Amino acid sequence: MNDAAIVLEARGITRAFPGVQALAGVDLTLRAGEVHALMGQNGAGKSTLIKVLTGVHAPDGGSIKLLGNDVAPTSPLHAQQLGISAVHQESHLLPNLSVAENICAGRYPRRAWTRGGGIDWRETNRRARELLAGLGIDLDVTQLAGGLPAALQQLATVARAVATDARVLILDEPTSSLDTDEVQALFALIRRLRDQGVSILFVTHFLDQVYDICDRITVLRNGKFVGEYPCAKLDARGLVAAMVGRELVHAGKAPAHAPAEAAQATAVLAARNISRRGQIKPMDIELRAGEVLGLAGLLGSGRTELARLLFALDDRDSGDVSVDGKPAKLDKPADALALGLGFCPEDRKHSGIVAELSVRENIVLALQARMGLTKFLRPAEQLALAEKLVAALGVKTASIETPIGQLSGGNQQKAIIARWLATHPRVLILDEPTRGIDIAAKQELMNEILALANGGTAVLFISAEIEEVVRVSDRIMVLRDRAKAGELPPGADEDAVFSMIAGGP
Amino acid sequence: MKLSQHALFWPATTLLLLLAVCALFNPSFLSIAWRDGHLYGNLIDILNRAAPLMVVSLGMTLVIAVRGLDISVGAVVAIAATVAALMIGGKFSAGGDVASDHPLWQALLAALLVAAACGLWNGLLVVKAGMQPIVATLILMVAGRGIAQLLTDGQIITVYYAPFFALGNGFLLGVPVALWIAAALWGLLHLLLSRTALGLFIRAIGGNPEAARVAGIRAASITLCVYTFCSLAAGIAGLIISSNVKSADANNAGQLLELDAILAVTLGGTALTGGRFTLAGTVIGALIIQTLTSMIYSLGVPPEVNLVVKAAMVFAVMLLQSAEFRGLVLRAVRGGAKHA
Repeated sequence: MNDAAIVLEARGITRAFPGVQALAGVDLTLRAGEVHALMGQNGAGKSTLIKVLTGVHAPDGGSIKLLGNDVAPTSPLHAQQLGISAVHQESHLLPNLSVAENICAGRYPRRAWTRGGGIDWRETNRRARELLAGLGIDLDVTQLAGGLPAALQQLATVARAVATDARVLILDEPTSSLDTDEVQALFALIRRLRDQGVSILFVTHFLDQVYDICDRITVLRNGKFVGEYPCAKLDARGLVAAMVGRELVHAGKAPAHAPAEAAQATAVLAARNISRRGQIKPMDIELRAGEVLGLAGLLGSGRTELARLLFALDDRDSGDVSVDGKPAKLDKPADALALGLGFCPEDRKHSGIVAELSVRENIVLALQARMGLTKFLRPAEQLALAEKLVAALGVKTASIETPIGQLSGGNQQKAIIARWLATHPRVLILDEPTRGIDIAAKQELMNEILALANGGTAVLFISAEIEEVVRVSDRIMVLRDRAKAGELPPGADEDAVFSMIAGGP
Repeated sequence: MKLSQHALFWPATTLLLLLAVCALFNPSFLSIAWRDGHLYGNLIDILNRAAPLMVVSLGMTLVIAVRGLDISVGAVVAIAATVAALMIGGKFSAGGDVASDHPLWQALLAALLVAAACGLWNGLLVVKAGMQPIVATLILMVAGRGIAQLLTDGQIITVYYAPFFALGNGFLLGVPVALWIAAALWGLLHLLLSRTALGLFIRAIGGNPEAARVAGIRAASITLCVYTFCSLAAGIAGLIISSNVKSADANNAGQLLELDAILAVTLGGTALTGGRFTLAGTVIGALIIQTLTSMIYSLGVPPEVNLVVKAAMVFAVMLLQSAEFRGLVLRAVRGGAKHA
């Protein structure tokens, strides 16, 4: 593999933003037909490096060579023409166009003028079908992209990226919204592309995936190049150590906090028989003070839908909700807020952050919404509150007044959690709070969740990673096919959760 | 922060440039005098004439800030003017005095209530029925003028009741009453936005409506209020306009005002995509538009080329305010310098 031709060679890339040196002399070497992992914690500079390679940002210094020639991509389109394509975390297909239209967008085949000119739709569909078939993807290309499951959208996005004869394909956390089977389908596609000689740069937070598919790893830390390693020479422990810059003390089972006590506590929030057609079959759920209830289940089992129902983001078709044993009015998110509920949504960009507002404003938003229009938090109070939470959660930001959209994903996530901590919620619903954030931050987050529970908050913790659910939860509720499969008592292990998900006893 | 990065830098520069051009052609353009117990001059005239547009544009700013649009404001101007004129009526009494059918305050209040109801209707269509704002307000844009014409039987209603004329023609402490009204509305909004959480909520809703809802903000209620306020502002503008011309013309009152208002908001630097807005910018935007109009008249541009000249000027102003265009020019200039 070491002998394979070098396709892309970036040397000494630097790039600064106001207040942050995002990249300081980073090297990256991609060879033909390899899958190369780019690893680093949040804010290590992975995203910036990708943006430099794809022409979104111009580097302040350094050089990029593609097949031996110096290149300087000036826009994503230019990068694509050079042969560098990227697929980002969330699929960027246009939902109201068909799969074929998406794949051929920008280079639609034309009909001869003798036949009336215009776009040749039959040829468009044929090309898309041929491309997908060549990649082993079975998909009706005339379907609207928006109607596809997330995983198929992701595959189609990758297909579109390589349709331009890409030499280098950058995959930025492509698996973060996929479940295990879907990841395997994506990996099959990646291997096929690799065998065709495409160089693939793969960014992920899942260590096991790195060892599943990658040949080599480049590690960044705080914008600096740490090293390039063959996968065989660097085990997971070593990789984590390289990323965080120290030996990670593995936390193991999180410190337990007297679940026996919690079991006796009364339910803060109890829902009976709640349902929503096509999303949640009637079920009961109870959240108790000082307890972490884990919610486990496969993608599509109704985890997020249940959370949205509990926070009244969607209307329920049936069911009663009570708080502290008394019937409660819970018809809209503002009601939930008034009752002392908090909700960190799964889809950070779409329903979490307000990108243009500052970190401070994003943090005070929920508290201010609960205090109402007229009891305005004075700027000094906002600042003090936001700074306290930013420090407590370790949000990395150039300034408290930086628009939150400029923060890295993990830091945005922390800021959204800070938003809810500011309201001192009695019930906190966390939907995939650890998605897309690095290991050290995950650990901090887990500790934060346990501290919250110790403080008497009822926490609903939702995660696709069963191991996390087991580690942090007192009780675990399992969903299967949009219905409640059952509940597991404190002390249940991963096997018990898996067998319940699978339909066992 | 550099001065040129301030949000109001380009709108203010544009306005000053326009005024400088006016002064170039007519040296006395900028002079202000005290005559007949009030301020007098071209600048005062511009401020006075821009007042209705300012009032409407302030409402429009908030609507656009929550990702909306209200193209019915011109129609609401006509409705409010008609309601007020009908209620004032105006018969000559034997002594030659003119009496009002209803007390003036009732007429004004009724006009404003009808205007607010129009806004409530717009808001409900957008918030509850989920219509696209431009379509929802298009309904009232077309129907509103029709309703006003029905009320007046298609006639222009002339008002003879003198106290009503104060709104559009009167002076208070030497300053036009209309300007006082616009200033009061601006002051009120400024207080609301700086002393309550309204500004934060509006920017959150405009920036990301779904995230604002998840954060517990009553986005629907706030949006409803904003549409209601916008129409109310249009109603106020309708009263000023009809008072100024001493009549209510259902066909022509506030004609195309919605477009001028959107233009004023845009010129002021508010993002049409919602979230980012500036009231001061909008006021400057309205002044730019009125200055353009006054300039065309004072330069003696023939009426038939009037609109073309105005369009060309708006085009130039928009180019000046476009960061992309300025960058392009800057690069071209630098590139030229290098080659030279």
